[in-house]
Amino acid sequence: MAIHLNLSQATIREKRLKSIVGYQGTIKDLAEQSQSGCLKNATRGFSQATNCNSGCAQGYLSTITDAAIVNHGPIGCAGDVAGANAGFQWGQSIRDWNQRNVRIINTNMSEKAVVFGGDQILKEGILKAYERFKPKAIFVTTSCASGIIGDDIESTIKKAEAEIGIPVVPVFCEGFRSQIWASGFDAAFHALLTRIVKPAEKKRPELVNVINFAGSGRAVITEIFGRLGLVPQFGIPYSNIEEISRWSEAAATISICGTLGSYMGNGLEQNFGVPYVTALQPHGISGFDDWLTKLGETVGKEKEVEEYLAEQKVLAAPELEEIKFKLKGKKVVVGMGPSFAHNYIRFLEDLGMEVVWGFSWHYDAKHDHGGCPSCTVELTKTDKDIPVSVSDQQNHEVINLLSKVKPDIFIGRHPGMSVWATKMGIPAIMVSDEYSAFGYQGTIEFGHRIIDALTNNSLAVNLSKRINLPYTEWWLEQDPFSFQEQKNKKRESENKKNVAVR
Amino acid sequence: MSLCVEQIRHVCTLGAFESVLAIKRAVPIVHAGPGCVAKLWTTLGSQNGHQGSGYVGGHAIPCTNASEKEVVFGGTDKLRKVITNTFDVIDGDLFVVLTGCTSDIIGDDVGEITRKFQAQGKPIVYVETGGFKGSNLIGHELVLGAIIDQHLQPQEVEPGLVNIWSSVPYQNTFWSGDIEQLNILISSLGLKPNVVFGPDSSVDAINDIPKAQYNLVISPWVGLRTAEQLKNKFGTPFLHYPALPIGPTETSKFLRTVGEFAGIDPAVVENVIRKHEDRYFYYLERAADTLLETRLLPRRFITVADSLYALGIARFLTNDMGLIPEKQFITDDTPNDYQSGVAAEFEQFTSGIVAETVFSNDGGYVEEEIRKLKIRSRPLILGSSWERVVARDLNAYQLSVSAPIGNELVLSKSYVGYNGALQLVEDIYSVVLNDFM
Repeated sequence: MAIHLNLSQATIREKRLKSIVGYQGTIKDLAEQSQSGCLKNATRGFSQATNCNSGCAQGYLSTITDAAIVNHGPIGCAGDVAGANAGFQWGQSIRDWNQRNVRIINTNMSEKAVVFGGDQILKEGILKAYERFKPKAIFVTTSCASGIIGDDIESTIKKAEAEIGIPVVPVFCEGFRSQIWASGFDAAFHALLTRIVKPAEKKRPELVNVINFAGSGRAVITEIFGRLGLVPQFGIPYSNIEEISRWSEAAATISICGTLGSYMGNGLEQNFGVPYVTALQPHGISGFDDWLTKLGETVGKEKEVEEYLAEQKVLAAPELEEIKFKLKGKKVVVGMGPSFAHNYIRFLEDLGMEVVWGFSWHYDAKHDHGGCPSCTVELTKTDKDIPVSVSDQQNHEVINLLSKVKPDIFIGRHPGMSVWATKMGIPAIMVSDEYSAFGYQGTIEFGHRIIDALTNNSLAVNLSKRINLPYTEWWLEQDPFSFQEQKNKKRESENKKNVAVR
Repeated sequence: MSLCVEQIRHVCTLGAFESVLAIKRAVPIVHAGPGCVAKLWTTLGSQNGHQGSGYVGGHAIPCTNASEKEVVFGGTDKLRKVITNTFDVIDGDLFVVLTGCTSDIIGDDVGEITRKFQAQGKPIVYVETGGFKGSNLIGHELVLGAIIDQHLQPQEVEPGLVNIWSSVPYQNTFWSGDIEQLNILISSLGLKPNVVFGPDSSVDAINDIPKAQYNLVISPWVGLRTAEQLKNKFGTPFLHYPALPIGPTETSKFLRTVGEFAGIDPAVVENVIRKHEDRYFYYLERAADTLLETRLLPRRFITVADSLYALGIARFLTNDMGLIPEKQFITDDTPNDYQSGVAAEFEQFTSGIVAETVFSNDGGYVEEEIRKLKIRSRPLILGSSWERVVARDLNAYQLSVSAPIGNELVLSKSYVGYNGALQLVEDIYSVVLNDFM
């Protein structure tokens, strides 16, 4: 799907990528329906609190070192800023930087602004951000309230920009506009692609853009890329505006996460001629092999990659065998964003574990390069068909399913979800760092992390004995997905079979 | 209220769903956009002492996750469906529907929907908490107001039963410990606290609110509206004690005030006070060497907190610990009507000491003001995690006492009362000692 930089806002994922938040079935069915274009979203008659795209947009942009954000909305819309700041402290700490706070100003929209319009307070917020932080760019994130009352954001921004002389860029991320919080990443990248990234004056054939989050794997990647004669440029977090403006100079872009990187990678490819590497994620051995091989193919380093991988295989083999022996047949439920989920399902199956269910917090029927996500397609290549569902962290579905399939372990990502498995007495791992299970050594590390979680589960066991879940007995007896509407009846009976077998 | 705010210390009205979560087996039903709950619990929960989901918090909270469709065509159908199914799915004793900006701006008639469920005898109330209405402290009072108006029935008064309105759940990081400590203090006088929030709470206690003989508001301003509402509806008299009692001077004064209000024999009260103080001074005597002899002790302190903690802590450090208050920053978006009253409380210290108060919920402004202060010796900054940066820059000692607190795990800790004061002394001087050891 083409990325249109002449539009003021990114098209939301529901429209651009046919993304959904409601589905239950199997991985092969999901891939088939995506490829044939008939995948439909199931709505729910009961729903629980999820996340919105504003959090992703302003959280991601807040880590740009010399930019500021003006969040135009009531003060609660900046409630996530404390979390963004905690992440920012971590990111600065692992870089040994002098730590400062994120630079986000909220316009503190009151009832008066809702009635009479918020253009004036937005302008004041922008000027205040400029005065306080002297940033190189200001990003203005919108809110449900500013969207509904119809503030003329673009005109206000233009006036402020004329006064202060730095880019002031709108980031349209009203919470209600998309049910898929990852649309917020696209909104952030759209702002960068339209106003910050400049056409390359010179090309740097050794340079590779690496799209990630906090970037704990910088040293490892720098070392690996060094062996290939490549130099990584990590971002967008912890980059500055000038660095981002030159992302067009790179020989390729690669991402740690398919969900995150799709818009920026393809935007750079389509509009600035920087090829985007669409590979599996580098988690687990087959994923890492594919990630590095496809990068090698893109930048003409096939031979170097082959040599490096062959060497790593030999080094890692004994420890990997030991891990596989210990994890063989352990039942696991995965719950993550779509790219992480489908990549981790493959990775955990590779370790010899049995993935008995895969939740993804949304699902993109295609990515911006046009095809069904490679991590999903990859899972259709084996005989096994893994039961999966799509939900925006709908807790009632997850808890109900876990209570029925009773896995040996739950492996999740995103705050506020894995803890519920713990409350049920199930060992759980939360993958908060995007470089967990990265490459050969990361895979071995993660294998041991699973073994440790299985070795002593006393916290979860003791907790589960003494607390009650907030669900009625009635609910726990129902089909986990019975609140999903527009279900295909045939698949429902098959699904019941999947759940009941265990 | 500041025009724009940076480094926020509280959230919007809707954040009061956390007050519902503070009542055991009470369930919020949020009619708002998909991200409101997650954003608000970041400041009030996960980054405020790491207070997690508990029984039905976080992603377990029923929510309509309003989308463009609801914004354009109205969200009442979706809300009705979610409420109906919540009664089947969630095991709770009281349900509180809270609205967000989307619903309040487009004008969903949430009252009409809720009243139908109420007519069926369901324990449910609704409250309009669109974020633009103000802070979550206001929201806290609105939630209590909705419960009082729509749910509570007159009951026969139980002598000695007391409702306590003080720390705001989840906003005041140590709220559950505070409530436990206040309950201990009140019980020691022979009164019986009706425990509405925290580990000993229940919806039964909510239903018993009208049974109380007294309401006690222990806070500069939050809770006054609740007590007035209860006085109007049930005729319950209330005592307003503006300072959170921390340390022997304030806590003993507090106990005497409550004792006099409730007609308790002064001999009983004095006996209670003597026992508490004896224990307090046993420990303080042992600490005195270090309080005097450690290198680089702070002499002056800056507080950046809600009026509740700012006043309570300032009173203790000034009246009992011999420190001198620098500027006191009150960040709870104190309504204008209350500001002069709150400021006046900061003029009542020992030795005629008066502290200058600054009301602002804009952390960026507070930081600028702190940087302008000229302080001899190393200052002590009692604030939130936001102040860790400015404290490092100014070579100050920093202890997190107010939201958001990301750098500490807070469970049952409280600075309230005699024991809480000992805890505060431990924490402050551990910061000092950790700084160079």
